[in-house]
Amino acid sequence: MTETRQMFDEMYGFSDTAREPYANYADWIALEEFANLKRKSAQAEKLFRLTGITFNVYGVEEETERLIPFDLVPRIIAAKEWQTLSRGIEQRVRAINAFLHDIYHRQEILKAGRVPVEMIAQNEAFLPQMIGVSPPGNIYTHIVGTDLVRTGENEFFVLEDNARTPSGVSYMLENRETMLHMFPELFNRNKVRSVSQYPRSLRRSLAACRPTCSSDHPVVAVLTPGIFNSAYYEHAFLADQMGVELVEGHDLRVVDGRVAMRTTRGYQAIDVLYRRVDDEFLDPLNFNPDSMLGVPGLMDVYRAGGITIANAPGTGIADDKAIYSYMPEIVEFYTGEKPILKNVPTHRCSEPDALAYVLDNLAELVVKEVHGSGGYGMLVGPTASKKEIAAFREKLKARPDNYIAQPTLSLSTVPILTKAGLAPRHVDLRPFALASPNGVEIIPGGLTRVALKKGSLVVNSSQGGGTKDTWVLED
Amino acid sequence: MLGKTAGGVFWMLRYMERSENTARMIDAGLRISLTRSGAADGEWTSILTALGVINAYNANYETVDGPRVINFLLRDKANHNSVISAVEAARTNARMVRTALTREVWEAVNECWMDLSELLARPINQQDLPDILSTIRKHSAFVRGTLAGTMVRNDIYNFARVGTFFERADNVARIMDVKYYILLPSILHVGSATDNVQWESILRSTSASRAYQTLHENEHNPRDIARFLILDHRLPRSLAFCYRKIQRNLQHIADDYGQLAPCNGLVNGICQKFDNTSIDLIFDYGLHEFITDFLIESQSLGRQIEVDFRFSE
Repeated sequence: MTETRQMFDEMYGFSDTAREPYANYADWIALEEFANLKRKSAQAEKLFRLTGITFNVYGVEEETERLIPFDLVPRIIAAKEWQTLSRGIEQRVRAINAFLHDIYHRQEILKAGRVPVEMIAQNEAFLPQMIGVSPPGNIYTHIVGTDLVRTGENEFFVLEDNARTPSGVSYMLENRETMLHMFPELFNRNKVRSVSQYPRSLRRSLAACRPTCSSDHPVVAVLTPGIFNSAYYEHAFLADQMGVELVEGHDLRVVDGRVAMRTTRGYQAIDVLYRRVDDEFLDPLNFNPDSMLGVPGLMDVYRAGGITIANAPGTGIADDKAIYSYMPEIVEFYTGEKPILKNVPTHRCSEPDALAYVLDNLAELVVKEVHGSGGYGMLVGPTASKKEIAAFREKLKARPDNYIAQPTLSLSTVPILTKAGLAPRHVDLRPFALASPNGVEIIPGGLTRVALKKGSLVVNSSQGGGTKDTWVLED
Repeated sequence: MLGKTAGGVFWMLRYMERSENTARMIDAGLRISLTRSGAADGEWTSILTALGVINAYNANYETVDGPRVINFLLRDKANHNSVISAVEAARTNARMVRTALTREVWEAVNECWMDLSELLARPINQQDLPDILSTIRKHSAFVRGTLAGTMVRNDIYNFARVGTFFERADNVARIMDVKYYILLPSILHVGSATDNVQWESILRSTSASRAYQTLHENEHNPRDIARFLILDHRLPRSLAFCYRKIQRNLQHIADDYGQLAPCNGLVNGICQKFDNTSIDLIFDYGLHEFITDFLIESQSLGRQIEVDFRFSE
């Protein structure tokens, strides 16, 4: 590690000596045989295959199941750093739930002029079917996966608030299991906070959001689009770990004003549905009439208070990338506090001045689709070819309001194990938060995604990214 | 539990059992072709018939010969009953009902699929065949073992067991249905080499050869073989054994649910038939007719289970 560091490395900072949270780990890995680490790496892959932690790739005939590469160097977060992050996330989750309630009721924030009316009125993610609906505890987003990036010792930014159906929590849990299995000694040397309570916390949190018609022992179920969905493994994993049923649309129907599942003994009512199906496919009677994934009449039961849907339909309005740019205002408006976590400065291409700036500076910016996800349809200026930039310029000019642009952040790196030894790669972080009337619980850990290609800033698994175990150290 | 899950567990075990049974039949066919090459083609034809894939085979190939049949039965994905198709179907069902399985059972099925997908990816050398057949049987036994060793004894477990025995009895009955004439006294050429090989083949393909030797001191005798495969409660692949298991597993479910279902009545009827008959009565009635009746009744039982427990809408 002799090259001078241009970017902040979480293990070494800008220097050659390990930062404090990594000190113990750095001592350990310095004494490990490279060949042994490679062997462990192969062993980890075998474990993942056996467990079936795969994701499906759409449109690839021969290889329908792929592994997300796992890197065995952990990402380590100090207790103090975590304290700030978790306070910041909690604040944002509270604000998002308050925002969603306001948007679907009195719309005070629009009246106050803090968010422009057209941001809501012309937004596809706004669901008129949700107007006036108050879910139990006024919780709209029950499970949030906040994407964070780091650029320096104390510089954290929120990249996205995944408020509709954040995925990846199964990797947080299985990565830890794998590390415990392969390197038990590391957990003796480092005091790492546990994440394995997540499924219990999730079930408790969902149960606390039960509708008034439910008993004290609510029936919880996970709704999946089915085994061909890219995140099916996670759906099955969470249902299994919570000890609840995993249902598909064709297992469900509306019976006596309740949503019920077809069991071997007849239909049984569900109180809380943790759905991993997008809004538009939830109910063919209320949304997309062609959907085979949902339940006809689900929304009517929901509006009548007969079931809790987590996350609530219509939460997408809060994790839209254009709304994201207003998050500092949103946090202040509802909490009366200054935002603890920073937003990345965002240019809304719908605004003529911003568009002109973005078009002039495409080679330095990251441009994203307002409703996009998964790293599709985005431009990373500094790594794009001239041809790609020219093509993107045309798309941007054709539909400016479909895009936002952000400066290219020099994302922090963490070493990964490559064929040539340890080498720094860019990472992001997605911790998971659970919201219920009892408060917001944030699991000390998260999903660390890592770009495996040298210099790449795109960490999405669909674009060849990998994952790491994420350690939050005890005080 | 969900009706869909009950169906998925039932079918997962049926497919696992099917892969094992097919491997046993290939093993028996292989043995005949090694010992008596003249009888081999007829043997492969009856194996294809017993497995219900003779038409599919004939649609693809003009002649029946060992290597082609083996390839068709082991690795042809166009053959819905090939070992690779069965293992894939078992694994798809396992993924679907993942929440009903222990991690051990799921991993056993997944590992079976991973191993066999690799082993069966390329055409098979004859010298590798015995190892591959034994690997298939081992995986199936491993899945049954994890099921027995790790699953809670509830409705899920009982549906799995019903699937296992339902498929096994079906397979044994089909083998007998194809080969019943070998067991009939009318064409008995006592002690001829042909018959000995054929009888041995039936026993091998039902994994009953060693058990038969242990329990019968005398030479192979078709009447004893038929009695053994249909009525002997000591043989874990006999029809009577399998149906008593199904009867008990369905009864456990009824006890659990506090309610008898129509399928309980059907299975009791089938079991009573086994209890109240003897091999002499069966031969008087007609072995072929008896097996045909049994296959029809077992089909209705299968349909009834599906309806009673709401496998589908």
